[in-house]
Order: sequence, then C-alpha cells, then structure tokens
Amino acid sequence: MLTLAHFLTLGAILFCLSVAGIFLNRKNVIILLMCIELMLLAVNMNFVAFARFLGSLDGQIFVFFILTVAAAEAAIGLAILVVLFRNRGTINVTDLDELKG
Amino acid sequence: MNVSNILLAAPEIWVFTMACVILLVDLFLREERRGIIQLLAMATVIFAGFITMRAEYVHDGTFIATAFNDSFLRDPMGDVLKLFTYFIVALVFVYAKSYLRQFNMFRADFYTLSLFALLGIMLLISANSLLMIYLGLELTSLSTYALVAYDRDSSRGSEAAMKYFVLGSMASGMLLYGMSMIYGATGSLNLDAIGAAVSSDKRDDLVLVFGLAFLVVGLAFKLGVVPFHMWIPDVYEGAPAGVTLFIAAVPKMAAFAMAFRLLQTGLGELHADWQQMLAVLSVLSIVLGNVAAIAQTNIKRMLAYSTISHMGFILLGFAPGTGAGYGASMYYVMVYSLMTAAAFATIILLSSRGVEAEHLDDFKGLNQRNSWYAAVMAMVMFSMAGVPVFVGFFAKWLVIQATLEAGMLWLAVVAVVFSVVGAFYYLRVVKLMYFDDPETEVPISATLDFSLALSLNGVLVIGLGIFSGPLIAVCMRSFAA
Repeated sequence: MLTLAHFLTLGAILFCLSVAGIFLNRKNVIILLMCIELMLLAVNMNFVAFARFLGSLDGQIFVFFILTVAAAEAAIGLAILVVLFRNRGTINVTDLDELKG
Repeated sequence: MNVSNILLAAPEIWVFTMACVILLVDLFLREERRGIIQLLAMATVIFAGFITMRAEYVHDGTFIATAFNDSFLRDPMGDVLKLFTYFIVALVFVYAKSYLRQFNMFRADFYTLSLFALLGIMLLISANSLLMIYLGLELTSLSTYALVAYDRDSSRGSEAAMKYFVLGSMASGMLLYGMSMIYGATGSLNLDAIGAAVSSDKRDDLVLVFGLAFLVVGLAFKLGVVPFHMWIPDVYEGAPAGVTLFIAAVPKMAAFAMAFRLLQTGLGELHADWQQMLAVLSVLSIVLGNVAAIAQTNIKRMLAYSTISHMGFILLGFAPGTGAGYGASMYYVMVYSLMTAAAFATIILLSSRGVEAEHLDDFKGLNQRNSWYAAVMAMVMFSMAGVPVFVGFFAKWLVIQATLEAGMLWLAVVAVVFSVVGAFYYLRVVKLMYFDDPETEVPISATLDFSLALSLNGVLVIGLGIFSGPLIAVCMRSFAA
C-alpha cells in the first residue's frame, strides 16, 4: 500500500538529486537547466501527493501553474544560453569566471 | 467574480494593459520616434499612481479588502509600497532614457520588460496566497533575467544573466518546496487560512518547520542576504548600469512585502522559529557586506555589497516580530530604494563615450567638474553611511530601536559597529570627489529631465531626513493593527 510518506520520499530524493546536480556539475550549463526542471518536478510530486491525501484540489491547481511557469522559465534560460554562447563560444560552467572580486 | 474584484485590482490591470499596448505600438513606430515609448511608459506609471491613490483616499488609509477568492489583498501597507514603487520606477525611466540613448540601446524592450517586472512586483505586494506569491515572484524574476542580458553583445552581461538565472531559479525551487510543505501541513494555499491553521492545536510541527526552513532559504536568496548573496555583486557589475539601477532599486520593495506576508501573515505563530534564522542571516549580511565592500574598486560592485548590508538591516527589523520592527523595515526599504536610485543615476551621469563610469577613480574630482552633482552624490553617500540629518540615519535608527525594544542587545551592537566600519567606504567616495583632481576634462552634460530628476532625488535624501516625521508615521500606521 502506497502512503503519503512514499510519495514525499520520492519528491525529496528527486529534489536532492537536482540540488546535487546543480552543485556538482562542472561541465555544461544545459545540465544546470535540466536540474532546475527536475527541481520543479520534485515540487510538483509533493503538491500532487499532498492534494491527493488531503482531498483538496488547491495543490493540483498549483501544479498547473508551476508547469506553465517552468515552460516560460526554460524559454528564458535557453535564450540567455544562446546569447552566452554567441558572446563566448562556450557553455562550460568553469568558463563563467569573468565577473569576480 | 464581480465588479468590485476588478476595481480592487485596477492598477494591476492598467499596468498589464499598457505593457501590452507599448509592445504593440513599438511595432508601428519608426526609429526616430521611439521617444513616444518613453512618454507612454511614464504615463502608465503616473496614471497607475492615480488609480491606486483613489482607493487610498476614499477609504482613509485604513481600508482592507480581498478579491479573487481571497488571493488578492488591498491594504494600507500595500498601497503605500505601490505608490512609492511607481515613484521610483518613474525616476528609473528618466535616468535610464539618457543611459539607453547614449549606449545605443534605446529600444522598447526595456520599457515592456520593466513594466512586466513592475506588474509582478505589484502582484507580489498584494499577494494573499502562496500561488499569487509564486506567480508575482516569477513574473518579476523572469523579466529581470531578460533585462540583465539586455545588452546582447556584452560578454559580461550574458554571464551575469546566466548566473542570475541559475541561482534565481534554484531559489524559486527552494521556495516552492517550502510552500509545498506548508500546504501539506495546513491544507491551504491562502495565507490567512494558513495563519489560522498554524495557530490551532492540531498542527504538524515537523513538516511546518521543515517547510519554514526552505521558505527562509528562498526568501534569503531573493533578498540577497549572506550566505545566499553570491549573485548580487556579479549581476550588479555585469548588467548595464541602466538595468542595474532598476534591479537594485525596485524589486526590493516586493521582497520586503513577500517576506512580511509569508512570515507574519502566514507563519506569525512560528515567530520563535524564524526569529533565530533571520537574526543569523542579518548579522552575517551586515558584517560581510560592509567588510567586503571596502575591498572593491568597482563602484557597482561596491554598491552591491552595500546592498547586501542594507538587506541585513531590513531583515533585522523582522527579527523582533513587532509592528514597530516591520514599520522600521518598510521605512528602510523605501529609503534604500531612494538612495540607490540616486547613486546609480550618478554613475549613469558620469558615463561618457560608450564607457560606463564604474570605477571609483571615475569619481575623482567630481566637485571641480560639477559641484551640484558632487553634492548630491555626497549626500547619498552620507545617507547610506547613516550620518544624522540624512534620511538613511533615521532608517537605521528605527531598526535598531525596534531591535533594542525586543531585548536583542547583541544584534543592535553588531549592527552599529559594522555601520561604523561601513562608513569608511562611503566616505572614501566623498574623499575622491572633493579632495582629488579629476582625471578627465570631459564636461558633464545631462538632459533637463535627468538633472531635474536627480536634483529632486538628492533633495529628497536630505529633505525626508529633516522632515522625517510624515513618512515614518505612514509606515508605522501600516502596522498599527
């Protein structure tokens, strides 16, 4: 029998994976974008699970909004990525070091 | 949905409509008539002020109403913050125009993106449910990500935008994770209902506190307090000065409102839990912000670290959890916006021949080149340092007073000591302007509207200090109940 705890654990695992991905990744900016998407999906898992077990619809509606915003966010992120690549010729995370101090 | 709902949200609807109109009008304008866009944007902001004021006056400043299933809230605090935001945005538009023209970036995108960011800020200020907070926050954030990369050929700008985007999205993710926990523990997205559920006996403390921790992390990222401040210096330095001006001065008002709604309206019962977190965050920011700013030679970066320390002060006002504390924070955030707008306007003023005046050396001998602008910048620096008479002093004083009243002596001591440390780098700018010789003979030229706006801004920095009573009273009254 699946309980709320199972779903929350799954959400937590996904969330931890995405945070670890952001901090450990030293190669490619696109992987960062994927990690951010994963993070939002982990939150969606939480909301849907809570909504199901609380018997309220609010959480599911929230999920629709998160999905929509995530799409907009990915669009902006990729646009910035294109600009970055045009200016730098690279999307390597370790090359993002012009600004410091 | 009925008519009164729409009337309550009239300022937001107006700004949204005009942002779309400006986007369309630009398509039909020839290059040399772009000035119309600027006029339309100014008219939008000013008229939004009239619409907001109407409610404020009719209902005598004690008016509270909700709309759209309680997810949208009009209250005195929100109205005051919105009016002040319009004022700062109007100043920003005037300053940015001369910057954009000088750097050949005068396109309608700046105005549409700014207006959408403003819309997000207004929604955030009026938000009364977790969903509304999330949407307002994302509208603001997405618009500002794009603004940072506004100069498409700038390598530094695109790097700053990427860093801002990744860290900002991660912060949103953290905030959302916290929201999902709060929702799970209380079964509601509405902040009032959450507040009621948290006060009742059958609450789930573990899940709540877990959610609260994530909420505070997300908030700290958005405010830019240590240890979640990494993006601020990079974004301030990398973005074009006209955009930095907007990002530095305007969204902080929304960040304050968001923190108040989430922590006080929603989770006020858990004050003991978040007080400790905020105290640590604010002390770290005040210490690190003031110390790191000393080492900077780039004035945009220096102002970034100064922002971090100011954000520390604003969070410090939250720690007592009293009306006086929130009032002080609100006053601080307004004063901060006013000072920051003037500081970045001076950077724009000194920029010439396609080069931004972002080095401290560019301020050398400003007094010999133009003594009035030097005086304005000096007043701003004195005010940021917290010298009495100037408006920044009263902001710091109110926050520290509220902290002392709540019996948090050590917090107040740290704040005062590091304000004194911070005075060093502010006064260094004054020293450069008054006691060094200029390195360039390029005359300072400004359009009439720019110099009028900067003069007004400078006069307000000292005027609101000498006549500080009314604005403080307005802020305190917002939290009287």
